Amino acid sequence: MNLTVLLFIILGVLAMASAIVTIAHKNPIVSAMSLVVHFFMLAGLYLTLNAQFIAVIQVLVYAGAIMVLVIFVIMLLNLRDEDQLREKLNFRKVIAGLFAVGLILQFVTMYLAGKGDNISLPEKSIEIGSAQSIGQALFSQYIVPFEAIAILLIVAIIGAIVLSKRKYE
Amino acid sequence: MMTYVPQEYYLILSAIMFVIGSVGVLTRRNAIIIFMSIEIMLNSVNLTFVSFASFMGDIAGQIFVFFVMAVAAAEAAVGLAIVLALFRNKKTVYVDEVNVMKW
Repeated sequence: MNLTVLLFIILGVLAMASAIVTIAHKNPIVSAMSLVVHFFMLAGLYLTLNAQFIAVIQVLVYAGAIMVLVIFVIMLLNLRDEDQLREKLNFRKVIAGLFAVGLILQFVTMYLAGKGDNISLPEKSIEIGSAQSIGQALFSQYIVPFEAIAILLIVAIIGAIVLSKRKYE
Repeated sequence: MMTYVPQEYYLILSAIMFVIGSVGVLTRRNAIIIFMSIEIMLNSVNLTFVSFASFMGDIAGQIFVFFVMAVAAAEAAVGLAIVLALFRNKKTVYVDEVNVMKW
């Protein structure tokens, strides 16, 4: 077992643990904080895949911008703990459990089907993960979706302002 | 530098994270927690995209992750504004207490 595999295992286990804490804890602030940990672990996983630019963007956009917004809203609303979290087994949780078991079975079969062709990461992946190559692709080949994203962000800004402002009395 | 982690490990990790996120959407009642579970699901799909982009040596996957992140940011802004408007009108963020449009 070399260092990369060890790093992958540590990051993966921490990412799964923090995701479980996020969906299972009854205090929303604890959930949000463990989601921040989850985003940092994913940034580390992107680094093991030689995707440096995506890792930095992950920390900036998710752990920075989005989580600040979420924590701001949680604190603004002053939420109480979710008291009925430990309720007895109801219909919704049975459905969720069945869904989880089905999905896990599905990816185990996917894993067994893909086993055998043991390719390692190509050398080329180091250069395609850099900011230079992503910027070149983004502003030449993918310029139309890039502009569409700009329009989408403007629409989202206007929508957020319209939704959250008080109505005229 | 070569990485010796097989791609199946990344796919399995991302599938497990997707299952965790979807179970969170199905079981929780707090709208903000449901929102965070959706973020976990989006991130697991991003991990799949990046692993395929790196193992195939193709940049399109990483470009797509960039667009997914931009859409997630827009979704965060609008979604949290909806939660705020919901709390202002209904004094709750629990989705089972919001049943005005329930048939």
